[in-house]
Amino acid sequence: MKRSFLLYFLVIIIGLVFIGRLFQLQVVRGRSYNPVKTSAVKIKFDFPERGYIYDRNGVLLVANQLSYDVMIVPNEVTPLDTLEFCSLLKISKENFLKRYKKAVNYAPWLESVFLKQLAKEDFAFLQEKLHKFQGFYIQKRIIRNYPIKSAANILGYINEVNELVAKKDNYYQQGELIGKAGVEAQYEKVLRGKKGKKYFRRDRLNKIMGPFKDGIYDSIAINGKDITLTIDSKLQQYGEYLMKGKRGSIIALEPSTGEIIALVTSPNYDPNMMVGRARSPNSVKLIGDTINKPMYDRGLKGTYAPGSPFKLVNALIGLQEKVIDEETHFYCNGGYRYGNREKEFMKCHCDIYGKPIQLNTAISKSCNSYFANTYKRIIEKDKNSTKGMNNWSTHVKSFGLGNYLGYDLPEGDKGLIPNGDYYSKMYKYRWNASTNISNAIGQGEVLTTPIQLANVTAAIANRGYYYTPHVLKRIKNKAITDSAYTIRKQTTIDIKHFDPIIEGMHEVFKTGTANWVNIKGIDIVGKTGTSENFMRIDGKKVKLPDHSILVAFAPKENPKISVAVFIENGGYGSTVAAPITSLLIEKYLTGIVKRKWIEDRMLKTDLSSIYQSQILAPKKFETGTK
Amino acid sequence: MRQERNNIFFGIDWLLVLLFLLLVGFGWVNIYAASHSDESIQIFDFSSRYGKQLIWILSSIPLIILILFINTKFFQQFSSIFYIISLLSLLGLFVFGTEINGAKSWYRFGGVSLQPSEFAKAFTALALAKLMSNRKYNLDVKKNQLKAFIIIFLPAFLIAVHDPGSAIIYLAFFFVLNREGLTLAYIIFGCTAIISFIATILVGVKIIIGSLFIIITTYLIYNIYRNNRFLKFNWIRILTTYVLSMFFILTGDYSYNHILKKHQRDRFEVLLGKTTDTQKIGYNSNQSIETISSGKFWGKGFLEGDKTQGNFVPEQDTDYIFSVVGEEWGFIGSSLLIILFIALIFRIINRAEKHANKFGRIYGYGVASVLFSHIVVNIGMVIGLLPTVGIPLPFFSYGGSSLWGFTLLLFIFIKLDAQKSYDW
Repeated sequence: MKRSFLLYFLVIIIGLVFIGRLFQLQVVRGRSYNPVKTSAVKIKFDFPERGYIYDRNGVLLVANQLSYDVMIVPNEVTPLDTLEFCSLLKISKENFLKRYKKAVNYAPWLESVFLKQLAKEDFAFLQEKLHKFQGFYIQKRIIRNYPIKSAANILGYINEVNELVAKKDNYYQQGELIGKAGVEAQYEKVLRGKKGKKYFRRDRLNKIMGPFKDGIYDSIAINGKDITLTIDSKLQQYGEYLMKGKRGSIIALEPSTGEIIALVTSPNYDPNMMVGRARSPNSVKLIGDTINKPMYDRGLKGTYAPGSPFKLVNALIGLQEKVIDEETHFYCNGGYRYGNREKEFMKCHCDIYGKPIQLNTAISKSCNSYFANTYKRIIEKDKNSTKGMNNWSTHVKSFGLGNYLGYDLPEGDKGLIPNGDYYSKMYKYRWNASTNISNAIGQGEVLTTPIQLANVTAAIANRGYYYTPHVLKRIKNKAITDSAYTIRKQTTIDIKHFDPIIEGMHEVFKTGTANWVNIKGIDIVGKTGTSENFMRIDGKKVKLPDHSILVAFAPKENPKISVAVFIENGGYGSTVAAPITSLLIEKYLTGIVKRKWIEDRMLKTDLSSIYQSQILAPKKFETGTK
Repeated sequence: MRQERNNIFFGIDWLLVLLFLLLVGFGWVNIYAASHSDESIQIFDFSSRYGKQLIWILSSIPLIILILFINTKFFQQFSSIFYIISLLSLLGLFVFGTEINGAKSWYRFGGVSLQPSEFAKAFTALALAKLMSNRKYNLDVKKNQLKAFIIIFLPAFLIAVHDPGSAIIYLAFFFVLNREGLTLAYIIFGCTAIISFIATILVGVKIIIGSLFIIITTYLIYNIYRNNRFLKFNWIRILTTYVLSMFFILTGDYSYNHILKKHQRDRFEVLLGKTTDTQKIGYNSNQSIETISSGKFWGKGFLEGDKTQGNFVPEQDTDYIFSVVGEEWGFIGSSLLIILFIALIFRIINRAEKHANKFGRIYGYGVASVLFSHIVVNIGMVIGLLPTVGIPLPFFSYGGSSLWGFTLLLFIFIKLDAQKSYDW
């Protein structure tokens, strides 16, 4: 009996080990087994319509069109007539081999993209003959179409999802398209809908055997939601038209809501360039153009010294802090002396000598001395520069400057609004208002983006508050309800202080620096600006033509539109920025432009030669007077 | 008594027959699941594997009846002749054999393939039983041990030339020898050899030789400490141990690297975890583990296993048939199958022990050991505990030769067992 024990014993032991192993595999491991995530199941995706994009008047800006990718599963490919295949796809044999190798490297048993976005004409021919080429399939995709060739910076584009993102994310697969810039990226989840899934049983050779579990795991595609933007495409196009040959940006807002009516950057590009197979070579061209930077939105990201329009903010702060009032006067005499040394003299071009200058005139003639005095009073109010500066900074920031505005586009810049602590860190010696007096006239350390300036103008138009600028108006015909955009943001300036400023701004167009572009019948108010800028060419600081700026809103009572126009190297504000602003406002409020001679002059204005000269020395770009 | 002698069914252990029927039947059900396609719906579709298996099953009935009809003395007397015939049939493969799946282990005539190695198992067991049932045979005598070894190793060696995996199961006969009194030392030695072999693959020749050297030396020192004159009396044995162990390791390493084919080496390495290429080399075992795991507790149901239906596991109707059970019948089904097999082996041992004479007992142990080794190696491979070896699962795997061979093996014992009650 003892001898037989060995075999009995072994049988029991092995039996237990095996059953234990089965337990480990089937009960423990099997618990996390997802019936759908297995190589025996193949998923076919049904891509829904991506949401259409309309402008505020219902004009179609972005539509869909079909595109076909050629997919490959290398393991299924049998010997084929490569000559015929390559001629159908219009690629060379080397190209074919390169793509084939890439697919094998990715995974020979998985589906991957072989050729993106087949041209429409080629698709029909290929589909007929596709049965001859085992292992190749056609995947239908939705790509975009832009009937109106404008607003590329606002709309953005769609592109293949990044491989790392696709691996981590549960929704996106390799080869799928996702919004990469502008509205397409910002509202990706709204626009993309939900793709449908169909599960199929398949065998090890990847042949479909039938639906998986009679389709109980399947889901249908849900179309993306159409959205309506706040943009007025006619105004947008007009703005881009006027900006030909110039670099810079135009922002137009509706002050009562914060809606962005137009957002122009120049140079720009036709959004259709980023569609289909041309997208890859085109984006290389566009991104590689580091001089013109057509994909760089100057309105959102360009940081410049705000120049003279900033004086309005200083004036408002001066009134609020009660260091000046409407009757306060200063003398100019060609400039303002801020220090004892000879060079410490700030020039002024208001051409008013000997006469006292009050607020209204100071604004309409843009007198530097007046605002330098005002600024000094604000900073030195309590004889403590740091405290005064911090206080001043708080006022300025309440207009939305010095930080991200919070609009619904994925790009932007904070700009820079210094405060007392900033300078205390910067200067090891004692400092006061005279040290940074350039801030008074919008030069110096202050930096803003054009959309920030447009927002300030809207806040003035509203007499003391603003709505965060935004570009989305409706989702599927329902107005937006996000409180970030529907709740007012108050500035620190009382409402009563705005009237004198606005009067001054009105004077600018009546008798001041922009009077030649006044519009009959419309009360335009605004402020011209000239922003100095320098560049180092061959180690020497060279002064370039000033940037031309204008901020304005109209009509004076119940304003409907506030505009900021910024033209790089355009000279005086009144030269280029003012007429463009005026034309835009005329177009928006009346529908047509009557002053054709101004329009012609703007169209003929071409600053390319000035831009060319900057290419000679692509070194650091400086702005400011110091 | 005379009447009973004419009744061929008298004394048969019906439990064994029942177990046999259950296994063959359940086996056929799973072959159907593994090899059916959506097109064929007929059970009697003879171009399909399940159809062919049905033919094999049905045609084994006359074979069974024949065996039951034959008197056991016939088996006893002619066992040597049968053994020599099976040796010849194995030798004949070198000349007349056909190569299928990389192994020249088949005879092919008229669309039918026959694998002589499947039948050799039964005849070897018979021959062994004949040798050892002789009254004068004592397993303690070295000469007798050698005879037994030769009977076992001759067919094993002939098979190993084509198909080393199939030859492994002949080691199972050591259980028989052990039962009949062979010292455990041989089995321990065998196990040590296998472990050293595996360790050599894992860690490398030098380390293992070094370790063995240390172990032997330690043992030596210990014995010298206990008994000063140990060295004097045993120096031959000690020297032999050193030399032989080194020789063994080196030979093992040599044969692993130079005799074993690459794909066989790869299978070891996948199991030991040295390679993780699950797409090419480890594909089979990886797929079968996935397939079994996906069955969970209750299984997916008959014909509902999507991996089986998709033919993901290669050889899923032959060597990997157990994965079909795992996927479609789940933990419940596959554990029950293991219990069924255990019951079969237990019953055979139990009946063998009841034999007063040695022939029946030895043969019975041979049957149990052969079945046990096949089950262990096959299922072990499918669930990923052993390397891939091409061994069929008794009564389950598709294959005429395999089914007939095991049926022969089992029913000869059933007949022996039935007749024992009145013959001796």
